[in-house]
Amino acid sequence: MSFRFLHIVERNFLVWRKLMIPSLTTNLADPLFYLVGFGFGIGSLVGNVNGRPYVEFLAGGMICYSTLNSATAEALYSAFSRLKMQRTWEGILHAPMTVTDIVIGEWIWAALKAVLSGSAILLIMYLLGIAHGFRPLFVLPVLLLLGLCVAGLALVMTTLAKGFDFFAYYFTLVLTPMSFLSGVFFPLQSLPPLMQKIALLLPLSHGALLARGIVFAEAIPHPMASLALLAAYGAIGLWVAVRIANRRLHR
Amino acid sequence: MSAVLAVDSLVKRYDERAVVDGVSFTVKPGECFGILGPNGAGKTTTLRCCLGLTSVDAGTIQLSSYPIPDQARAARYRIGVVPQFDNLDPDFTVEENLVMWARYFDIPKRDARKAVPALLEFAGLEGRGDAKIEALSGGMKRRLTIARALINDPEVLFLDEPTTGLDPQARHLVWDGLRRLIKEGKTLILTTHFMDEAERLCDRLCIMDAGKIIAEGSPRHLIQAHIEPIVVEVYGEGVREWADRYGRTLVERLELSGETAFCYTHGADPVMDDLLKRPELRAMRRAANLEDVFIKLTGRDIRD
Repeated sequence: MSFRFLHIVERNFLVWRKLMIPSLTTNLADPLFYLVGFGFGIGSLVGNVNGRPYVEFLAGGMICYSTLNSATAEALYSAFSRLKMQRTWEGILHAPMTVTDIVIGEWIWAALKAVLSGSAILLIMYLLGIAHGFRPLFVLPVLLLLGLCVAGLALVMTTLAKGFDFFAYYFTLVLTPMSFLSGVFFPLQSLPPLMQKIALLLPLSHGALLARGIVFAEAIPHPMASLALLAAYGAIGLWVAVRIANRRLHR
Repeated sequence: MSAVLAVDSLVKRYDERAVVDGVSFTVKPGECFGILGPNGAGKTTTLRCCLGLTSVDAGTIQLSSYPIPDQARAARYRIGVVPQFDNLDPDFTVEENLVMWARYFDIPKRDARKAVPALLEFAGLEGRGDAKIEALSGGMKRRLTIARALINDPEVLFLDEPTTGLDPQARHLVWDGLRRLIKEGKTLILTTHFMDEAERLCDRLCIMDAGKIIAEGSPRHLIQAHIEPIVVEVYGEGVREWADRYGRTLVERLELSGETAFCYTHGADPVMDDLLKRPELRAMRRAANLEDVFIKLTGRDIRD
């Protein structure tokens, strides 16, 4: 086991640090408007969901939604621009680094950034009085796992892609359905039974179930199965991405 | 002393086509070794194989006592690479590029920062440490890429077409830098299709064409072995007719290319005397150089 992938995490962190202020502002401001607009606005129309105000229900899902988006943006667009446009990966290979180091480093970095975005929602929940005490903080490891899961899948697309256009398929066929079918904006039970079954194949559904369970001390239907599914998606995604990237860069 | 790089019977195929087809050579410590060839000869692929950046279909490579590609990572700790296309990290400044590069070699940040001023001096970028990469000229980028490749004090430096795309001033600056490294005793391995570059820098070189090495030796040795010492280039109205009727009888070897006759000879007097009678033809007499060898061996066809 080599830890040389940490150099890639370090590289991306150093670049991020230069743009930290605008990046953190976006991380905080975007979800705040979402929660205030959707949560209170639509919340006033729908009333309570699962026994709690809609804004609270939504916030619980938004932690994961934000994690998903952040991991995807980093592992898809940013990583692809480093792979193809800037040829950063190719350059790094001239140092004692391998393709596997680079892909693992990108994977972990995207997940860490995703945790940061998820945490921003959690912070807002504390500020709005939706989250209380220490317990909600236990959601952070779940966010890391969700981030690794989503980043793993995205990296498969990134390493396969010839251009940015390719990502349109991933958005239309994977991300958009996942965003709206995974119980982030409304409870899974509102869907027809078949759709519910499909939704339970999507990692975001399990992230949302776990996150709400932890933050609001609600029962989680099958916590171990949910964790295993996230881990499996992430591991398979990473494995495939590493293989494709090796083939692509070692031609 | 044992070789720094030993390549034996290397073969690399892309879709059944052998791009490198049985190449063998060795490079000794402190030597500047050139790989010359037209575009598509297999120079860059040979380098990529030596660096362990691509798989090898047959043959063996030993770089700084490591077998490649099995221990390519370990070998890359001890070498420097200057790729054909600059791939400096555009997300970092000049200094940050050098420091981050050092980190990939596990060099502590503090040590890397200490090394920066000397490397900036080498690159002729004193006081430009905070500049963005996009603000640098092509020559500056290339010099910075060379400086970056020195961060680990490498035994061997690989340079893939180090001056392609640079203007004459920038090329001379790069050559000065490379000569400095040769003087310091570094081993350099470079590919180029500029003959003057190879002639200026290389102790020894090989000429590659269509995946094979077709000649090897010092620049002077190659010129002596393959070509007559003097070249007279003749051009002007009626040069083809002159070449066929008179030219060929006056020199050892004559080649027509377009509207120019290249006359290769040991003594230029007969041909120069003859040309005095023909004011419509213009002539240029010069010493044979590596380019003549190269053209003789690889032909005059355009390569893409």
